Amino acid sequence: MTTFTPARHLNPLTGMANTFTLTWRSLLKLRTNPEDILGLALTPIMYLVLFTYIFGGAISGNVHNYLQFELPGILVLAVIFSTLGTGQMLSEDIRTGVFDRFRSLPIARWAPLAGAVFGDVARYAISVAITLAFGMLLGFRIETPPLAAAAACLLVLVFALGMCWVSALLGLVSGSARGVQWIGSLIYFPLTFGSNVLVPTDKLPGWLQAFVKGNPMTFLTEAERGLLVGGPVATPVIRTLLWSLGLLVVFAPLAVQVYRRRT
Amino acid sequence: MNDDIAIDARGLVKRFGKTTALDGVDLTARAGTVLGLLGPNGAGKTTAVRILATLIRADAGTARVLGYDAQRDAHQVRQLIGLTGQYASVDELLSGHNNLLMIGRLLGIPRKEAKKRAAALLERFDLTEAARRPAKTYSGGMRRRLDLAAALLAPPQAGRPSVLFLDEPTTGLDPRSRGELWDIVRGLTADGVSVLLTTQYLEEADQLCNDITVIDHGRVIAAGTPDELKAKVGGQVLAVTPADPSALADIESIIARRTGLTPVTEPDSSTVTVQVADSALLPALVRELDDKGIAIGEFALRKATLDEVFLTLTGRTQ
Repeated sequence: MTTFTPARHLNPLTGMANTFTLTWRSLLKLRTNPEDILGLALTPIMYLVLFTYIFGGAISGNVHNYLQFELPGILVLAVIFSTLGTGQMLSEDIRTGVFDRFRSLPIARWAPLAGAVFGDVARYAISVAITLAFGMLLGFRIETPPLAAAAACLLVLVFALGMCWVSALLGLVSGSARGVQWIGSLIYFPLTFGSNVLVPTDKLPGWLQAFVKGNPMTFLTEAERGLLVGGPVATPVIRTLLWSLGLLVVFAPLAVQVYRRRT
Repeated sequence: MNDDIAIDARGLVKRFGKTTALDGVDLTARAGTVLGLLGPNGAGKTTAVRILATLIRADAGTARVLGYDAQRDAHQVRQLIGLTGQYASVDELLSGHNNLLMIGRLLGIPRKEAKKRAAALLERFDLTEAARRPAKTYSGGMRRRLDLAAALLAPPQAGRPSVLFLDEPTTGLDPRSRGELWDIVRGLTADGVSVLLTTQYLEEADQLCNDITVIDHGRVIAAGTPDELKAKVGGQVLAVTPADPSALADIESIIARRTGLTPVTEPDSSTVTVQVADSALLPALVRELDDKGIAIGEFALRKATLDEVFLTLTGRTQ
């Protein structure tokens, strides 16, 4: 009888394969969970209808002008809020014991987190597509070349990839999907609405302008406006990319560390 | 390493804040056998399993699985174990087939082979018809079987030893499904798999386990084969059932006087039981009952059940 000798270390390629498998799992869940897709689709539609017709006249004089101003912001809002789903799914996986199963398998420690995050990028892409499509239905016009518009979509996804590690960390420490929801809202509401997403910065009180001008959501929204309807692009895009990288570098290792230590 | 020992834990200590879940627990499971871990809720059973399955670290002591240290060599241990139970669950949103395919792929089994093994396990566990349905639509018994199938996906390799952790695998199952699961576990050990089983059902431990360790308040309070444990706790039990239940009180007082012990009559039962250390008392007892004209329906001397062992050891029923 020959003896099976288990490998001493994990092959890095195995980690990539594990992540691929777990990304596949996240995508499967999207397909088998119609409520999730419905929520993803209806949220940006609700934002667009509400904000366009409530704020439109007051802020920009007419609805069309406001739509041109606001849609890039709504895109940011919709995607950023849908990153909360990442943390909710992780906390659900912990509660049901799925994560303990993963932790007992000879796979890369970071693969379940990376798989969840990559799978969620598909969700964010759905959110982007629906916001743009419904916005155009309401009368939004892309005023830039197609390549710039494509870059706009890509940029918001890149930033979401950074933000969803914040959400993943919340999911790992909060212990319940509801915890993620309310802690996440406490962080996300001031962060998103305290920016130029819905209102031009110069219409805000001075003390708030200081916060808004340093808020990464402001850079992202500016970049989205530049890439979709025209305006400055280079500076906001670079700042957004730096913020995305910063979030990734800080929160991804933190989340993996918390995940490893969970007892 | 000793090839005959599958699980070897020495002096495991684990604290959660101020609570000491494990306070120096030793466990030994021989290869190819079932070790039962028994104890009341909160005794530390699950904590011990989680340490051995590399999910948490012990504060002190060593935990070895097939010779590998569960902390230092966690990656090796994970290649040798299967885990199933309350906490290592399947993904409810995925179908049974996709759950198994996912775990097979995570174990590094090529896609085609993983599909084949998933299909074979679904067949073996009678889940083929439900294979494409989300696991959340499964009944309790089907869920447990899928859990077990997931724990058994590791590729069969020549000489590959493996250890299965089954944490209360039959909780909530109907008697028929429970019997089926027992048969599966017996089949696995016949194939050389070693099993650590925690259970609330003492009958289950009696049926399946080669050895039993009883823990309470994080300490081992008894260890041995089921028969050794039963013998340890006063050996035998006398059960007397009168033909006419109205004679119960008389029988109780006669037994109490003869043995010097307090007999027990379960509510809604017409059988008086008492643990007897000395069977020489019995003839005199029979004679006295006869003299008093008490007609006896049943008079039996049997081994203590594990329930009685448990009650004696922990002072409470499980």
